[in-house]
Amino acid sequence: MLYNEPSELEVKVLTRRFGLENSQSLDTYLATEGYEGFRKAMEMSPEEIIEEVKASNLRGRGGAGFPTGMKWGFVPRDSDKPKYIVVNADEGEPGTCKDRVLMENDPHQLLEGMAIAALAVGARRGYIYIRGEYRYLIEIMDRAIEEQYRKGYLGKNILGSGLDFDVSTHTGAGSYECGEESALLESLEGKRGQPRIRPPFPAVSGAFQCPTVLNNVETFCNVPAIFRMGARAYAELGTPRNGGTRLFCLSGHINKPGVYELPMGFNLLRMIEEVGGGVRGGKKLKAVIPGGSSCPVLKAEECDVAMDFDSVAKAGSMLGSGGVVVMDETTDIVKVALRLMAFYAHESCGWCVPCREGTLWLKKLLARVDAGEGKPSDIDLIGELAENMLGHTFCPLGDAAAMPTISYVKKFREEFEERLRKASEAAESDLVVL
Amino acid sequence: MTFSPELEAKFEKLVKNYPEGRERAALIPMLLFAQDEVGSLTREVVEEIARRLSLSLLEVEEVVSYYSMLTTKPRGKHHIQICTNISCLLLGADRLFEQAKQKLGIEAGGVTPDGQFSLEEVECIGACSWGPALQVNYDYHHHVTPEKLDKLIEDLRKVQ
Repeated sequence: MLYNEPSELEVKVLTRRFGLENSQSLDTYLATEGYEGFRKAMEMSPEEIIEEVKASNLRGRGGAGFPTGMKWGFVPRDSDKPKYIVVNADEGEPGTCKDRVLMENDPHQLLEGMAIAALAVGARRGYIYIRGEYRYLIEIMDRAIEEQYRKGYLGKNILGSGLDFDVSTHTGAGSYECGEESALLESLEGKRGQPRIRPPFPAVSGAFQCPTVLNNVETFCNVPAIFRMGARAYAELGTPRNGGTRLFCLSGHINKPGVYELPMGFNLLRMIEEVGGGVRGGKKLKAVIPGGSSCPVLKAEECDVAMDFDSVAKAGSMLGSGGVVVMDETTDIVKVALRLMAFYAHESCGWCVPCREGTLWLKKLLARVDAGEGKPSDIDLIGELAENMLGHTFCPLGDAAAMPTISYVKKFREEFEERLRKASEAAESDLVVL
Repeated sequence: MTFSPELEAKFEKLVKNYPEGRERAALIPMLLFAQDEVGSLTREVVEEIARRLSLSLLEVEEVVSYYSMLTTKPRGKHHIQICTNISCLLLGADRLFEQAKQKLGIEAGGVTPDGQFSLEEVECIGACSWGPALQVNYDYHHHVTPEKLDKLIEDLRKVQ
């Protein structure tokens, strides 16, 4: 079902079946150009499929924005090991709720995307790793998979392509870290969700130590459209090097929060005003997290930016997972920074010291600043600690915690100082120990 | 021990999803599905699953302790999980969480004496655009207001 009204400004490629009657059924899918992409891809060689994905300028929708075609190209097809297709449906980046609606409203699109990836790398087995909280989606995907087996879209020699492909769902059980690809693979193998040291990357040694294509739900959902429309037409929907559309999740202080599909490069201010109906209650915009909680915050005056990977990077942040969190002028930035650090400290897997200790120290420091018990030196200490985490952890969780924190302290320093000033006026308590 | 016939059938199918010799991969789904049926991962459940997958108790316990949804202690019949992460926080989720604590008379992680309710503050549950949001067991509730939260708890009290 749909949880928000669509916007007239949307360009519906991945969400075109949303709202159709029985959009979860294979019949509806097939009646609306479903499997046309696969039928085209099955006439192509694996090299041609990968070239087509490269030409589409599709980039990973999980957060990192890595070119998908290139990622597929890293899989050694001549390896005699089995190859796997793994879907990251462990959506957990705060601010992000798009994979949920993609699986809920159009499960067959995801399965077709996986099948095309299987053709490209010669995989015969796929897994959809779904976060445990999304139990109802496991049921929806299981039903879709069962229907595809019944009608010959999964199993042996799919549609006469010669491809044998089996798919099943797999559930997580509550861990943000498992959204990181190597931790996800550990979890898929029945272990604690701790990251692996890379290289080797999953393309070479992934699921069960075999070559693996691992992409986000939305990434796979783009693939059928690339083959149906042709890579060039798909690429032209977006901006140079940023092909296609993107599902943006508008949340926070906004009149019409929701998930909207917009072309890559859509202007952020316009998105807030025209798609999201502006800031709530006529208040002024203060700041925006452009791509999920791990991205550096943008101040209101930095928000005149095209929402594609390169433009947002140029603005000093990241397009990330498409979670656009809007904050109005009343937002307490110290509280925001503290809540996010509490999250990262809770979710740190504990394996490497800079992340495990760093997130905890930062949480304690931010908590005492928030409580009005901080010392003047705390602000610089927060920045320094966060800087020291950057690049010093096994997986990106440490960076994900540090980068936004640095941005909050740097861009809203006066709010932190104000909190300390009030504190020193109120008392001279300096007794809180780290 | 044995589980319900439905769950036994599910387990049998599940183990076959993974390559031969890698059946351990079924561990986390098995734990979660067993917990859903039994209520918590009792010693007996953990031992049984370890036996079925030829794992040591330690290998299972270290997994149980890692994942936040897995629990060795029983939760309430209605497990209320309120998201207080960024998007929900901006819309007052912290106040909703306080309200739930007061209304239920329990702290975070607590269970009411009658075993009907338990309460947990959770991280992002993927409902950011429709927040503030919570889950009762696996059911989502979007756009939660103080009034809606009160009514939800009242309605759940009537479900025996």
